[in-house]
Amino acid sequence: MFKHEVFEKNSILLTLGILIAVAIGGIVEIVPLFYLGSTIEKVEGVRPYTPLELAGRNIYIREGCYLCHSQMIRPLRDEVERYGPYSLAAESKYDHPFQWGSKRTGPDLARVGGKYSDAWHREHMINPRGIVPESVMPGYPFLAKALLSESNIAANDMSAHLRVNAMVGVPYTADMIKMAETDMKAQAGDPDSDEAEALKGRYGEKVNVRNFDGSPELTELDALIAYLQVLGTMVDFGLYKDKAPVEWQR
Amino acid sequence: MGTKKVDEVTGVETTGHVWDGIAELNNPLPRWWVWTFWVCIIWAVGYWIVYPAWPLINSYTPGIFGYSERAVIVKDMAKLKAARAESAKKLLGASLEDIKNDPKLLNFARAMAKPAFGDNCAACHGTGASGSKGYPNLNDDDWLWGGTLDDIYTTIKVGARDKSEDTRTNDMPAFGKDDILDKKQITDVAGFVLSLSGGKIDGADIAAGKVLFEENCSSCHGEDAKGVTELGAPNLTDKIWLYGGDAATVIETITDARKGRMPTWEGRLSPAMIKALAVYVHTLGGGK
Repeated sequence: MFKHEVFEKNSILLTLGILIAVAIGGIVEIVPLFYLGSTIEKVEGVRPYTPLELAGRNIYIREGCYLCHSQMIRPLRDEVERYGPYSLAAESKYDHPFQWGSKRTGPDLARVGGKYSDAWHREHMINPRGIVPESVMPGYPFLAKALLSESNIAANDMSAHLRVNAMVGVPYTADMIKMAETDMKAQAGDPDSDEAEALKGRYGEKVNVRNFDGSPELTELDALIAYLQVLGTMVDFGLYKDKAPVEWQR
Repeated sequence: MGTKKVDEVTGVETTGHVWDGIAELNNPLPRWWVWTFWVCIIWAVGYWIVYPAWPLINSYTPGIFGYSERAVIVKDMAKLKAARAESAKKLLGASLEDIKNDPKLLNFARAMAKPAFGDNCAACHGTGASGSKGYPNLNDDDWLWGGTLDDIYTTIKVGARDKSEDTRTNDMPAFGKDDILDKKQITDVAGFVLSLSGGKIDGADIAAGKVLFEENCSSCHGEDAKGVTELGAPNLTDKIWLYGGDAATVIETITDARKGRMPTWEGRLSPAMIKALAVYVHTLGGGK
């Protein structure tokens, strides 16, 4: 009657048994996600973050923005009406880790890019209640003063951040990694400079190049706003009418 | 282990496991629990049949209901559009004036615009449209680009200093930054401007400021400084200030100029929604 006595009295056998049982669950539930067409659909336009955006993303994570903001528009009527086309898996394929989040104290940010001006973001980061009196968001005035060159996010070597992302599968080219520092500075500088042209050559014409925080120095706020302004803007939903069942475009 | 052991006190069979002389009774599971267990298993089989469930080599079992979140949302949105279609069509067909004069249509436009205002406009203009520094109050009757229905409609459509080709734009010189006026002159002009609404700046020569105003400012703000809405030049004689009416802020404005921005909403919001928003903003209190 007690056939499991064999397992209970042999720890090695028990371990093997557990492994097999868990592996079955993994094979059925996880492995298909790596090959089923509907879970790995390709989407035009998604590109790796530029060095400045990546630095901004690191700041986003460092400051714990994900604790109050999600980046995942679910395919529900009210969300699609408010935020735009629901998020596609491919849109966060270069996020390591993704920032989908699970809590919305503030609004979803998956498509916040282009929704507000840089000046709005700057004032809102420095003093949220200056613009939105009922906001409960903390202010981040220090970001406007923190030089990116002295930041724990990007100091010394931005290319190291790109290299690590490349290790986990983000297609950063050797050129992108080598030029990371230059590209980072160029994106917040003069849009007509040669460096900006080179940056666009590497990451695409759609890259936002401008002084994001309005101050001459390259600050953490530049990086964060650059990141926020690209969120959800990479995919042209005009090409994906079936996936964007709303009159919505940026 | 082959023989059954029975606990003497309860008369129940034991599992044969004994710890410190205490044997474990082998009572059967409660019947309700066993039944729930079997029902769950049967339920699962039914679920596999009707909903997407098992991964296969190239796809997955879709289930006979053909359920898919993406199909559901398309249907939901179509339903929503259909529910709004009649009124939306009327909204598109009617002129702004007609919408305002038809109580039913006005009601619909306002109901439609309110959540859109909250999502798209409130971030700058405030939930109650009362504005904040750099973002105009939409409840008062002071308008940079005009407060008629048509003016408001156009402003929403094209935005200010944004990507629309017809976007509202003007270019106030940065009198200080670009060395057009020196510090003393700027203080004089600021003193004159503030004097128009009863304010003053210590040490400002108002008479000199008046001359400087006529030379540098009146072409846009008007001889009487009451502003020109066609140019988006604000009235400087009232006490309504977009960036602040204290001496330091007015001096800052003249020194650096202000270049506020508003998004171009055409293309981002549907034409019907822009109309609805124009009517909504117009009815907030300050519409002309």
